[in-house]
Amino acid sequence: MVTLILAEHYPVLVIVISMLAAFTILIAGRVNKKAAFPISLATIFVQLLMALSILKHVLAEGPIHYQLGGWAPPWGIEYVVDAFNAYVLVVILLLSFLCAIYSKRSVEKELPLKIVPFYSAFQLLITGLCGITVTGDIFNLYVFLEIASLASYALIAVAGGRALKASYNYVIMGSMGACFYLLGAGFLYAVTGSLNMADLSHLLPPLYGNRAVQAAFVFFAVGLSIKMALFPLHTWQPDAYTYAPSAVSVIIAATMSKVSVYALIRVIYSVFTLDFIQSYVGVDLALCWIAAIGIIAGSVLAIMQTNLKRMLAYSSVSQIGYIVLGIGLSPISAWGLVGAIAHILNHAIMKGCLFMAAGAFIYKLGLWDIKDFEGLGKKMPYASAAFSLAAISMIGVPPSAGFASKVFLLIASLEATKTFAVSGYIFVGVLLFSTLLNLSYFWRVIDRIYFVKTEGGHEDSERETKKPGVPISMLVPMLILAVLCIVVGILWLTKVPLPFVEQTLYELGVGVLPQW
Amino acid sequence: MVEMLTPLFVILCPLIAAPLILLAGKWPNIREGVTLTAAIATFSLVWSMINPILNKDVILCTFFETMLPGVAIGLKVDAFGMLFALTSSSLWILVSLYSTGYMRSLKEHAQTRFYFSFALAIFGALGIAMSANLFTMFIFYEILTVSTYALVIHDQTAEALSAGHKYFAYLLTSGCFFLFGLMMVYYLTGTTDFTNGGIAALATLNPAHKWTLIILFVCFLLGFLKAAWMPFHSWLPAAMVAPTPVSALLHAVAVVKAGVFGIVRIVCFIYGVDLMTSLGLGILLACIAGFTMIVANLFAIAQDNLKRRLAYSTINQLSYILLGAALLTEPGIRGAMMHIPFHGYMKITLFMCAGAIMVATGKKNISEMGGIGKTMPITMLAFTVGALGMCGIPPAVGFISKWYLCMGTYVAYETISPVMITFLFVLLIASLLDVVYFFPILHTAFFKEPEGAVAESKVKESTSLVVIPLAITAIFSVIFFLAFILRPVEMLAPYVDMLSMHIYDLVDVAIKNVIIP
Repeated sequence: MVTLILAEHYPVLVIVISMLAAFTILIAGRVNKKAAFPISLATIFVQLLMALSILKHVLAEGPIHYQLGGWAPPWGIEYVVDAFNAYVLVVILLLSFLCAIYSKRSVEKELPLKIVPFYSAFQLLITGLCGITVTGDIFNLYVFLEIASLASYALIAVAGGRALKASYNYVIMGSMGACFYLLGAGFLYAVTGSLNMADLSHLLPPLYGNRAVQAAFVFFAVGLSIKMALFPLHTWQPDAYTYAPSAVSVIIAATMSKVSVYALIRVIYSVFTLDFIQSYVGVDLALCWIAAIGIIAGSVLAIMQTNLKRMLAYSSVSQIGYIVLGIGLSPISAWGLVGAIAHILNHAIMKGCLFMAAGAFIYKLGLWDIKDFEGLGKKMPYASAAFSLAAISMIGVPPSAGFASKVFLLIASLEATKTFAVSGYIFVGVLLFSTLLNLSYFWRVIDRIYFVKTEGGHEDSERETKKPGVPISMLVPMLILAVLCIVVGILWLTKVPLPFVEQTLYELGVGVLPQW
Repeated sequence: MVEMLTPLFVILCPLIAAPLILLAGKWPNIREGVTLTAAIATFSLVWSMINPILNKDVILCTFFETMLPGVAIGLKVDAFGMLFALTSSSLWILVSLYSTGYMRSLKEHAQTRFYFSFALAIFGALGIAMSANLFTMFIFYEILTVSTYALVIHDQTAEALSAGHKYFAYLLTSGCFFLFGLMMVYYLTGTTDFTNGGIAALATLNPAHKWTLIILFVCFLLGFLKAAWMPFHSWLPAAMVAPTPVSALLHAVAVVKAGVFGIVRIVCFIYGVDLMTSLGLGILLACIAGFTMIVANLFAIAQDNLKRRLAYSTINQLSYILLGAALLTEPGIRGAMMHIPFHGYMKITLFMCAGAIMVATGKKNISEMGGIGKTMPITMLAFTVGALGMCGIPPAVGFISKWYLCMGTYVAYETISPVMITFLFVLLIASLLDVVYFFPILHTAFFKEPEGAVAESKVKESTSLVVIPLAITAIFSVIFFLAFILRPVEMLAPYVDMLSMHIYDLVDVAIKNVIIP
């Protein structure tokens, strides 16, 4: 019984220990630089265990409500964890944990003088991400959004050089996004006098016709779209991902954008609810179209890149489009939301693995450009294999994770043809066509790594193989993620996640999966 | 219906073999031993399932239900699937012997990668043969496509890479059409199971959604571009840059047959013969097949590279199978089903001969092969058997499937539409063209003098590992024919059926699943 009672407190503990750890790292780091990494790793591990226990508890007993300071909502801040939060929390912390392991050697090499501030900011970022996830209060969400964003500005800038400019761009764009979000929250507060999500969802329905409420929705959508780098608001993102330190690229690409997506889903379904979307028909279709354009545009831009990390960044723009397409389709078909939820995990795994591999190529051989990748398959067999598995998963070859997302989104698009015949088929076409685009830019890399041979590539390979290999601590997380690409893909196809999916759909008020 | 795990073990054999091959990469003998063991184990397991199938049973092996209601990932072995599984698994044994000889004689690089990808490709092909529904089939279909890529670009030259890219561009685009078709069928009916006589819910959509069904069928045709119907065939001749064992087993049997097999599955087990007839789709498919048969043969005549000529011959022969299915009549479908194993055995013989010539003499072009019949008698004899089969001349077995196809056109003429008699002439012209491009090869090989100083003494048969498999497939091509003649003799029937791997019995059972009286 002890564990059960504790699980009720975990949502707040996840945040508190993380924030305390961030300061502890700073203090302990003054004494001994080497203390930073173990403290961070241990904290994230504990957080991950808590998140798992929250997920288990939520699936068995229903949502957890935690009132901060004993103030009852809607006056106090409330943390609400239902199946969807708990799931996103697990995704974030799993990726953070693997990334923390990965970061040790990578940071030691790339930022030898800034290890302590790095881990401090890293821990703050995770605090922010977890906070966004567990909170049930839209203003509190803004606070955590800023904590996470500020930490990530710092983490990108820490690399110096070109990263400073990238980080500066991100600061400008990110702050605008945050402002938009804040305006949205402000409008809702002005109209309803409440900031609690559950409370808002009860107060808002009579006010759906109110212009301020509608404007608030648009502010939320635009603000969060900037944060998640949805096309065409992605301009800050490629530079930020490219020039950030390897470990930072991993954590930001895998989790930061996912949390913004989470916030968008939360705002749409737990604040505004499905009725709002359905009474303003244009909203969902507009979201779908933006997403569809983003899917294609992101891929086309990715094809044009020569730098691997930049290519992966544009690929993220396209993949975020998948998730948003799922969200846009969800008022019509519950499968859309399933696709979006599935892709939050799937994309985190795949992109995490790809950025880890890209980081490993840079770590060992200093290779950024795809054209220099010849013969990597021999020089770095494990990193190359991990990269290939994740890339194949991105393309969506069955039974990988990418395939599962694609199947869900395809069904959702087909169901959408009932309401919007032409658009529905266009989305189907976009999904299938983007598979081919993904193929063309990922296969180019795989071809280079394994198959392309040009003369004269052999003498220097002798020299390079003598360099020290990629450390195990970097390889293991990468390989775990690569294996997960397949395992998770198969899991999504089985009935195993079905109870979770049904509970999430129920709690978000999207209805049930259609049966034949 | 019998629940059994055997189908799972069948596909596990090549799947487990693949990583073992990688592990054994440093010890070639162990590595090839693994391949051969897996091949034999696979075939024995497939063979062990034959009795229930012949008793008109169906073997089921469901892995798990998916999130999508009504779709389960699983295997189902029926007579038709068995036919394809038997063909690929039996030929895998022979080809693994052959490729050992071939790859070692030519001292090819990256042999471990070769055997690894080969095992994965077989895994895909067997999965396709035994899939219980379109969803499962799609998974294996894509695995087959991806795993074959490494085999096509084996040489890693610029030519091989561009062939590989073409291969991918065609087949993965086609995969998108397949996925669309499959999701559409699921969306329309709530199931993707292969059902005897076709999915009933799909048939009820006719005539209200007639055009949806027709467009959907065209999507499926585009989805099975592995069948290499024209004008979307050019990936297949390009893929001939792969080592010969690949061309032999994958681009004459496993990959291309997977495409044809898929189309027959769609025609007979998704749409069903009745729906196909009432939609008039048989004529559409027959026109595509007829066009391909004639044009592919015209292309074949112009090729001097032996493997490329064989590739065009494959394109032509695959369309025989498509035509048979398109006739939607009992003899037509029977001919189509028979042609899957028969063409497999004959074409693999031809390809292995082409490889044997390359190993022994290094020659790829037909014009250089003067007098080769004298120096490599066994190879060229086997080649002759295969060539006769392609032209439909006894005693090679190609005659029998063609005979049924001709009967099919006549029945279709009587029952479906008078137009169908045209396809009898198409068949006959195509066979004639087969003769036009195969006989010059035989003529060059046996009756021309060798060119220049390619010393006759130096050239001899290639290693026994290469020659024995091709001799065996040639012998089987004749045995199948003899079996057909001797089956009515009661005393011999059991032995003959056994020797011909029960192909005729399997086709009998399969036909009863397709045409339900």
